[in-house]
Formats: sequence, C-alpha cells, structure tokens
Amino acid sequence: MKYVAEYRDAARARALAAAIGAEAAAGAAYAFMEFCGGHTHAISRYGLEDLLPPAIRLIHGPGCPVCVLPVGRIDAAIALARDPRVTLCTYADLMRVPASKGTSLQKAKAGGADIRMVYSTLDALRIAAAEPSREVVFFAIGFETTTPPTAVAVQRAARDGLTNFSVFCNHVLTPVAMRAILATGGEAAVRLDGFVGPAHVSTIIGTAPYRQIAADHRKPVVVAGFEPLDVMQAILLLVRQVNAGRAEVENQYIRAVTETGNQRAQAAIAEVFELRDRFEWRGLGWVAHSALRLRPAFARFDAEARFGMATPAASDNPACECGAILRGVKRPAECRLFGRACTPETPMGSCMVSSEGACAAHWTYGRFRRRTQPAEPAHATRVRSA
Amino acid sequence: MTRRRLDIPAGRVDLSHGAGGRAMAQLIADVFHAEFGNEYLAQGNDQAAFDVPGGRMVMTTDGYVVSPLFFPGGDIGSLAVHGTINDIAMSGARPLHLTASFFLEEGFPLADLARIAASMGRASREAGVPIVAGDTKVVERGKADGVFICTAGIGIVPPGLFLSGNRARPGDAVLLSGPIGDHGVAIMSCRENLSFATAILSDSAPLHGLVAAMVARAGAGLRLMRDPTRGGVAATLNEVAQQSGVGIMLAENSIPVRPEVAAACELLGLDPLNVANEGRLVAIAAPDAAAPLLEAMRAHPLGGAAVRIGEVVEDADRFVQMTTAFGGGRIVDWLAGEQLPRIC
Repeated sequence: MKYVAEYRDAARARALAAAIGAEAAAGAAYAFMEFCGGHTHAISRYGLEDLLPPAIRLIHGPGCPVCVLPVGRIDAAIALARDPRVTLCTYADLMRVPASKGTSLQKAKAGGADIRMVYSTLDALRIAAAEPSREVVFFAIGFETTTPPTAVAVQRAARDGLTNFSVFCNHVLTPVAMRAILATGGEAAVRLDGFVGPAHVSTIIGTAPYRQIAADHRKPVVVAGFEPLDVMQAILLLVRQVNAGRAEVENQYIRAVTETGNQRAQAAIAEVFELRDRFEWRGLGWVAHSALRLRPAFARFDAEARFGMATPAASDNPACECGAILRGVKRPAECRLFGRACTPETPMGSCMVSSEGACAAHWTYGRFRRRTQPAEPAHATRVRSA
Repeated sequence: MTRRRLDIPAGRVDLSHGAGGRAMAQLIADVFHAEFGNEYLAQGNDQAAFDVPGGRMVMTTDGYVVSPLFFPGGDIGSLAVHGTINDIAMSGARPLHLTASFFLEEGFPLADLARIAASMGRASREAGVPIVAGDTKVVERGKADGVFICTAGIGIVPPGLFLSGNRARPGDAVLLSGPIGDHGVAIMSCRENLSFATAILSDSAPLHGLVAAMVARAGAGLRLMRDPTRGGVAATLNEVAQQSGVGIMLAENSIPVRPEVAAACELLGLDPLNVANEGRLVAIAAPDAAAPLLEAMRAHPLGGAAVRIGEVVEDADRFVQMTTAFGGGRIVDWLAGEQLPRIC
C-alpha cells in the first residue's frame, strides 16, 4: 500500500535496530514512555519489542482516551442514557468499558436504553436533525485529536439552530497529563528518560507545547508517527539525546506535524471550549486544568448543564491495576487479573477494552512473550549491571 | 379459475402473504417456485422425498441477516446458497439438497424479494444444488429487517474421508485459497454511515467444486477445511488450534490481501485477518500432501491464488502466532466484541 508500506519496511527496521543497538551506551538502560495508545498498539501489533535491543525499555503511557476515563463518568453517561427522552451517541470503543455494579453502555443498551454507536460527531448531528423529538447527546471523549470534531459539531448545531443536541464533554489535554506523570513522586513515580511524543495530537497542537515540559523536567520529547518505523526512528533520536545529555523537543513526524499545529482546529477548540478547574483521570487522579468544558455561550449544548448531570464517586475494581499501568508504573502482566479474570471478552478494567489500551494490546498481540522473557522489575533502574 | 398476478414491480409484502391462504400460495408460486423450480418442489408436498446415496451424511443449518441485503458481488439470497453449500463442503462432502425459510417484514417490496429469489435460484442452479423445500412467514412491520433467511443443507462425504477440526498435527501445512477480507470490506463500503467508494466485490462463491478437486488429489492427506467467515482467518485458525490442541505459526508476508482491502482496513482500523470471507477456505494438510494440494487448488478457478501461509506447531498454550512483515512476532487473536454487525 503506497505511503504506508514504506513505513513498515523490514530491512529499514533491521537497520534502525542495529543503529539503536550500536548507539546505546554500554551497560546503560533506557526507559522511554510512548504516551499514546496509538503507539502502544503499533508497538504490539508489529512486534517492535522483538527488534529492539534489550537496553531499550518501552513504558506504556496514559494516552488511551477510553482508558483514562474514570468509572464515574461512564456511570453518569449510563444514567443519562436511561432517561427515556435521551438518545446517547458514542464511539464504539466505549460500549464495553466496565462501569459500576457490573454495568456497561452495552448492557444498558440491551436493557432498553437508546444508545447508538457513531463513527463521527456529524452522525450524531444527523440523528438530532432527523429525530427532533429525541434529546440527542454525544458522549465526547478523547485528547486534542478528537476535540476539534466535537467543537465543529457544536458550532454547526448552533448555526443550524438545533435545540435537541448536546455534548457530554470529557475531552482532556495531553501536555497537562505529561506534566502530571513527571511530577508524580514517591512510590508512584515512574523512572523514564524521555517521551515518544504524540502523533495525531501533535498534528493539532504542534510541537511547541512540549518545549517547556522538556526544559522543566530535563526529558527529551520526540514527536513520532504511528507507523513502526516512525517509532523506531524516534527511539534512535531519544537515545542520541540521552547520550548527549540533551532534553529537547524533536519532530520525527514532519510529514504531518508542524511547530504550531493546526490553527483552524485550535481556533474551533478555543471558540467552543474552556478549561475545567480540575478533572479526574483514571490512573492520575484529579489533575488541575487537565480537561475542557463548553463555554457559557454554548451552555445549551452542554449535557451536564442541560440535564443537571452528576458524576457519582465510583472506584475501580480494587484488584485492577489499570491506574498503575496508566502511570507506567506496572506492566499489564504484573496485574493479578490480567489474562485470568480480565480478558478482552470479560474486561475488568478499561485498559483491557480499547485496542489502544496497554492490557488489550499486550493480551491481543504480545502475551506469548510471558513465557520467553522474564518480567521486568516494576521500577527499572536507570543503569543496569552489564 | 383466473387469478390476478402478483404486482411484483410495485407491490409490497403484507400480512396475508404469510397467512396460509391464497395470497401466500400465490407468493410461493410466483416468486419462489418460479425461480427455484425443480422436481421436488413441483411435487407440491410439505416435504421433499428423495433417495440417499450410501456414505456418511452431513447436515448443516444457517441463518442470514446481512445488512444491506444487496451488496457489491452478491445479495442475501446468493449468500444464503453459497454459505450453506460451503458449510457442507468443508467436511469434504458433496452437497445434495438445500432448504430455505423466509422471514419477511410487512411492507418489504416484492420487487426486492423477487430479485433475491432470482439470485438464489441462479446460485442454486449454477452450483447444481437444488432448494427442495421452504417456508414463508410474514411478521409485522418493525419485527424484522426486510428479510431474514434460514437454510438447511445435506451432503454426502466420500468413503474414507474424515475431516475434523481436531486433526491438525505439528508439522502440517496451513493453506489459504485466495486473498482475504473481500466480503467484509464490500459490505462495509455500502453501510449508510460509512459508505466509501471501492471496486471490491464480495468473494461470495460456492466452494464445493474446489473442495472436490482437493479431495480427489490429497484424499487422506487433507486433515481439515474451514471457510473463514465471521471472525475471519484469525477466528478460524484459533478454533482449529483449540480443537486440535496445537499452535499455529503464520508468516504475514505470505497472506494475500488485495491493496484496496488493505487500504480500507487501514482506514477503518481493522485487521484483514479478522474480516469475513464468503468464498475462501483454509485447509490444513499433512506435510507431504501440501504441495500436490496447492497444485490442485491453483488449477481450480476459485483457488488460483492459493498459498501456504503457515505451519502447525506444538504449543501447550494453543496460540496462533505470526511473524509480522515488519520482522517482529505477535499473536493473532480472536476478535473481541463485535467488528461489524450483520455481515452474513
């Protein structure tokens, strides 16, 4: 397939792996977090870990929109969907995420709630226009990549005078989450030497927002595409930065990402949304200024205001390690539930649901490695004995 | 007695077409018998009676609820015939007879029903497997989605042939009859909220001719066959690994996927290994039977692109694994949850 196969070339992969191996300092261990679930998926799907030298450890980050959404927000969405006036439109990923008391959107749908899977925010708008007697609510989740389409849907609903469309907004911000991970100390701290930076998120926000993070925390960030060669090249660039003692923002994904990002998308986001004081993340807890809500001017499209929605306090299954896995502190196979009580068919935690979740990716593509490779210690030390 | 013909171009199914009276008899005569016509239906009995040749008989049943009803390369009618024939053929059997029940939604256009019946009749004639009995029910509007079809089929297995999912052994070869994912992508391309332009046609086809050629060449060297429909090649091979208590090792480079299918899957975030096929088969063959079997497959029009895609291995975990084209390794898992609703 043209323009894709080039980034999956086995010969180039071997050459990059050899270069990474040659440039990795003798006896050193490098721990890099790939922030995005898209990278996690690519790493697992293409078997990247089989190609990388053992000195490189990849830590899966929290960049999976479904995974970081706390149970309480899903409970709130289910409660809303049970309102007989409401049609809840959602991306398919969310349907199977376990909510409180053994429920999920899928089970609520089977129980009679009007929940419909859509591929785009515009599908939700079309449903609202076609069925004026229904209160159509779009369950908006995701990082900066999925925020512009939600903003455009709200703009169009306002322009077209739709009175039965609203958004349950759960959009969150990548750079704030990266800072939260780096700022976490003590037991929950994760040792990492740099970030494989977001791909699609960066097409929207550009590379500039990472500059201060890299400088403040002395960690290099290399923005990388979602193809396997992109990830390998980013790792090589990260190794070079670490070796040279640099902590800069580099852009490997120059075919799609610029320094300043997509200005039109940013303008749409800015027109429709404003910062929340704080927002709860699964794994990271409450993080200040880490999420968006609709501006007062668009309050009529804000489902939380329109329906007086409350987000009940809810906790994950106590044995579920999604939180630690999302922070990069634990690996999927270190969770007691992994592959036993928790599989993609019977997920206990969100990381086992989305294809971008670390647990689902490891289970679906990489679980054969359990028997060939000893598990890494949870807190890998910066330098291993040779 | 003169009777008015059904208004097929403009008419619609109504509840009287399932009520057991004249309207139902007319629908059956004008739509189904007219297209399926054969000596068994002509007897006009509640059942078809026929002599059975000796040997092991196989029997199968299948339901068809595909949406949309008409898709590039086929429709629910041809799919019902091909799917049932293929389920029989995967045992190595020669399909003999089919039956078909129709669940029609009130208001369904008679023109669409006639088109489906014509397509079924054509598929059945081309395959040489008659539809010998049937039934028609009409349900109220909203209680079905246009038309659902339920089929049954029987066939006879040649003497000495015992194909079964538990017969794969380490060292066996895994063969695939052609490129994967065509049916699923063809269906997706015409979903109302997903539509995209593609030249891909469903691969829907009856495989009993190809199977007969394979059985004739390889005989007992053939361990088992499966048609990788819902869940795709990934689900089929995982079933085999579970049933036989073995692992399977695939080479991604060897698995044929048309560029258009690969592109559509890329766009939609699907893995072609999970996408449905309706005219492909996977065969597991003893090591020394693989080469002659491939030759026989390639000599048949429906197996022209047949390839060896992997090998059965010992594995207590019963994993299906794959060496990726990129050079790494990964599991090829069952699909979790649903990928595409109602593809067959």
